[in-house]
Amino acid sequence: MKITIDAEKCCAAGQCVLVAPEVFDQRDEDGVVVLLDAEPPAEQHDAVREAAAICPAAVIEVQE
Amino acid sequence: MTARPIAVVGASAAGITAAEALRRAGWEGPLTLIGDEPHLPYDRPPLSKQLLHGAWEPERLLLRSKEQIDPLGLELRLGTRATGLDVATRTLTLDDGERLACAGVIIATGVAARTLPAADGLAGVFTLRTLDDALALRDRLSGGARRLVVVGNGVLGCEAAAVARELGHDVTLIGRQPVPMVAAVGPGIGELLAEEHTARGVRLLTGEVAEFEAASDPAPGAPAQIGGVRLADGSRLPADLVLLAIGSEPAVGWLADPALDTTDGLGCDAYCAAAPGIYAAGDVARWEHPLHGRPLRFEHRMNATEQAMAAARNLVAELTAERAAEDDGTGEGAERPERRPFAPVPYFWSDQYGLKLQAYGLTAGADQVETTVLEHDARRAVALFGRDGLAVGVLACALPPRQIRALRAVVATPVPWEEARERVREATTAG
Repeated sequence: MKITIDAEKCCAAGQCVLVAPEVFDQRDEDGVVVLLDAEPPAEQHDAVREAAAICPAAVIEVQE
Repeated sequence: MTARPIAVVGASAAGITAAEALRRAGWEGPLTLIGDEPHLPYDRPPLSKQLLHGAWEPERLLLRSKEQIDPLGLELRLGTRATGLDVATRTLTLDDGERLACAGVIIATGVAARTLPAADGLAGVFTLRTLDDALALRDRLSGGARRLVVVGNGVLGCEAAAVARELGHDVTLIGRQPVPMVAAVGPGIGELLAEEHTARGVRLLTGEVAEFEAASDPAPGAPAQIGGVRLADGSRLPADLVLLAIGSEPAVGWLADPALDTTDGLGCDAYCAAAPGIYAAGDVARWEHPLHGRPLRFEHRMNATEQAMAAARNLVAELTAERAAEDDGTGEGAERPERRPFAPVPYFWSDQYGLKLQAYGLTAGADQVETTVLEHDARRAVALFGRDGLAVGVLACALPPRQIRALRAVVATPVPWEEARERVREATTAG
C-alpha cells in the first residue's frame, strides 16, 4: 500500500488522525494533514482505507 | 436470469462512497450507480469556495479518477434520473422508461436548491448547488466588478458572499435573520462573522425579498436581465447578479411509494433503512440517531461519506441474512455480518475569508448556547450548544487543531451541561 495526500485540499477535520493515528497527524498551526508513514504495515491498511473513505475533503489517495 | 444488482441512486459524495463501501463489504454482484448530472462524482463544498473563487478548476473536484472507478466494476449511469421506486419488489424506474429490479437500493439523491418563482425567467439569477451552477456564476463574476445581491444569509450565502467580495465585487447579503448563519452557529459567533463580513465590505441587510425587477432596457430578443431586488419594506437594491441561497429541499419527489416516509427527507431507522432492502445516505436521509433520540438529517459533507459507509455495510448484512434464510430456511448461520446503528459525531466546517469554523455534534436545534470570545479581533471563539440540559454540540472559530480535537471528545456523546462547560474551558485554555 502506498499513500499520497493532496494537503492543499485538506479541510483540517482531523478524522484521519482519529481513525489511523500512526499514519496521519495534523500540523499544529493550521490542522492540515501530515503523512507520517506513506507505506504503512499491513495491520494499518484497514484503518487507512477507512481514513481515505471518510475524509470529507477527499485528500487521501491509496494505491493498493 | 442474471443476478439482480444493488443500485445506488445519486452519484455524488454519498453515492460513490456507498458504491465503494458495498464492494469493501463483500458485494460481488452487479452494482449500478445512477446520477442525474452528466459529470463523474465530484465534491460540492469547494463549489462555493475554491471553484467559485477560480483557484481550482473542475477536475480538482472529482472525487475519484476514472482509474479509481474502473476496478469497482460499476454500471455507471450518468445523466440518468430515477423517477420511481416500488418498495415491495425493489424495482426502480428510470427516466428512459427502464425498470430495474434490484437486490437492494441505496438512495443518495441529496437535496436541490430552493428557488423563488418570482425570479423565474430572469437572466443573472443563480443558485449554487451543482458544478454547472457554480461555473455559470463564476463566469459572470469574471471580467469586472458587479453588483451581487445574495439572498439568504445561511452558510452557503455567507461563503459565496465572502468569495465574491474577495474578487472585488460589490456584495449585499440579505437574510430574514438579523444575525447571519444564526441557525448553524448561534448568535455569538454569528455576530463575530457579521463583523468580519462588514469589515471586509459586505453590506448586511435584514429583510425579505418582495420581487425581482428586470433591468430597464433589456436587450431585444434576449431574456430580461435582472436589474434589482425590491424588498418587503419597499426599498430597492440595484443588482447585476442575484444568488439565491435560501436553502434546499431533499430530493424525494420521485419517491411516491406509500411505504416510504418522505417528510423532510427519506425517513430511516437507526440502521439507515427506509424499508427492507432500501437504505438512504447523505443529505436526503433522515434517520434515528441512537444517542440523540430524535430523527436527524444533515447536509454536511462528512455525513455523506460516513452514512454511505454505514448504509452500505448494513445493506450487505441484510442481503447476506436474506440469502442465508433462503438457503436453509432459518436465516441462522455462522459468520454473518451484523447490522449496526449509525451513531456518528456530526461534523461540519465552513471557510470565510481566512476564518475556519468547525463544529462537532449538534448545533442546530439547540435551546441553550454559550459563546466564549477568546480573542475578539482574531474572531477566535468557541460556542457550546445544549438541549434539554445536556451539551450536544460545540463550534470553534479560528481555534488551533489540537484544541478542536479535544472539543470533539467533549460532545462525542451528550454530556451534562456544567461538565461540558468545564471541559471546553480546559480545552481552550490549554497550551
